[in-house]
Amino acid sequence: MALLDIDHVDLIYQTEKSETEAVRDLTFTVDEGEFIALVGPSGCGKTTLLSMIAGLLPPTNGAVKIDGEPVVASSGSVGYMLQRDNLFEWRTIESNVMLGLSVQKKLTDESKNYALGMLDKYGLGEFRNSYPTELSGGMRQRAALIRTLAFKPRMLLLDEPFSAVDFQTRMTVCDDVHSIIKSEHKTALLVTHDISEAVSMADRIVVLTKRPATVKTIFDIDITAPSPLRRRENPRFSEWFDRVWKEVSL
Amino acid sequence: MKIKRPFPCLIDRKRTPRQIFLAKRRNDKITTVLLQIGLLLAFIGLWELAASLDWIDSFITSCPSRIFKTLSTIDAADLFKHIAYTLVECIIGFIAASTLGIVIAVLLWRFAKLRRVLEPYIVVLNALPKIALGPIIIIWVGAGAQAIVVMTVLICIIVTVISVLNGFMSVDEGKILLLRSMGASKLQILTKLIIPANVPALVNMLKINVGLAWVGTIMGEYLVSTAGLGYLIIYGSQVFKMDLVMASTVVLCILATIMYLAVAGVERLTKKRYHIDA
Repeated sequence: MALLDIDHVDLIYQTEKSETEAVRDLTFTVDEGEFIALVGPSGCGKTTLLSMIAGLLPPTNGAVKIDGEPVVASSGSVGYMLQRDNLFEWRTIESNVMLGLSVQKKLTDESKNYALGMLDKYGLGEFRNSYPTELSGGMRQRAALIRTLAFKPRMLLLDEPFSAVDFQTRMTVCDDVHSIIKSEHKTALLVTHDISEAVSMADRIVVLTKRPATVKTIFDIDITAPSPLRRRENPRFSEWFDRVWKEVSL
Repeated sequence: MKIKRPFPCLIDRKRTPRQIFLAKRRNDKITTVLLQIGLLLAFIGLWELAASLDWIDSFITSCPSRIFKTLSTIDAADLFKHIAYTLVECIIGFIAASTLGIVIAVLLWRFAKLRRVLEPYIVVLNALPKIALGPIIIIWVGAGAQAIVVMTVLICIIVTVISVLNGFMSVDEGKILLLRSMGASKLQILTKLIIPANVPALVNMLKINVGLAWVGTIMGEYLVSTAGLGYLIIYGSQVFKMDLVMASTVVLCILATIMYLAVAGVERLTKKRYHIDA
């Protein structure tokens, strides 16, 4: 059984002015351990889709299921990473990382040690008592990822998590995030408008149509490389880039 | 950063640019303080001089020496009684208005419907000069310290509600979304995000309320009172004892400053605690 099952989902927005059909008959599945990138024309409803997967927005028709169960936000089965790291400035890095655990009342010695262990493992151990403003953009994004992983969500939703990081750090942060997700054997769904980012990170790329969004094509990216940076160096990278780019803009 | 001082015998006469900069900064601070004190002394001196040379009528304007004489001859116990009255009224009003204002703001934040329904009423209450309610307050709660406290609360509370609610509503949407995706309840969003994110705004609100609470208390004392600094000022003006009016004003000025500094101290502490720059 697939980990995430998006089954014939429609979403219709109601506003005072009008009725907007944001998503129409969208179906795809994500397997355990996969890294999926979701690309599509801007404003096609990618973020809306993530909100539905996070259980924050119920679909009008159809179902979003994780492990066969319809998603609800309170289950904590999904870890959401947004454009900005959204670290709480008044909390230390350690206390930021514990946020999800404390919200879900899962703060035990075991879970704390797991989270602290991850800080150590990914090079933030010495910053556990620092405040977010004392960290670089890349480190902050890594802390935000560890905060998301700390409560062991079944899958990660990444909503353009690199767009707020400056260009030079972006590549390294991509590598960072990708390697952490892979080594923790996490399933991830990345929303991005940057096709090279999608091609460099994803196992599969789901191309959406313009609004109302539905699946246009799904590509299996078959470049084997240990990291996104290495992938970018692969000769077949630009070939894939062109294919996906054409598919998105057609 | 601390600069390591070399042994006196090793001091190089030539100063580094850093030392010159720091010395300039220090001199600048010293001259500012000196000018501030000088301005006060000049004002007092000029006032005293003008009075003693009969440029102004010290019966109408009073003068520093007469204010000082009034303060030193006034019955200390009596003065303290007046100070205590005013201070207690002001502090009770300040605390009640601040707490109540925050509680109301929390309720309005939590219940969107309530917020929308009450919005026009808050606008009207904010526009209304609260002093106009003085007579109503006196009739409803009686002419005494309670009327003064109510007046103080009324003057502070609307502004408190509006500014606190404003701060609550402008918390980063992304952070709220993050907490919601973790499955946080409304109460958790309030305690883990809205309140901590608003600590600087809340402290700032306290700073504004200190000033407003004094306005409310003195206004209240002008309307009804048998004791307090506001009472002394009104009484002094009615019997044309300008020295008493001025002396009470000076005491009031000192008290208000102390209270403001206390809140400013709290602000500094929270800034340290919450790692807020500047």
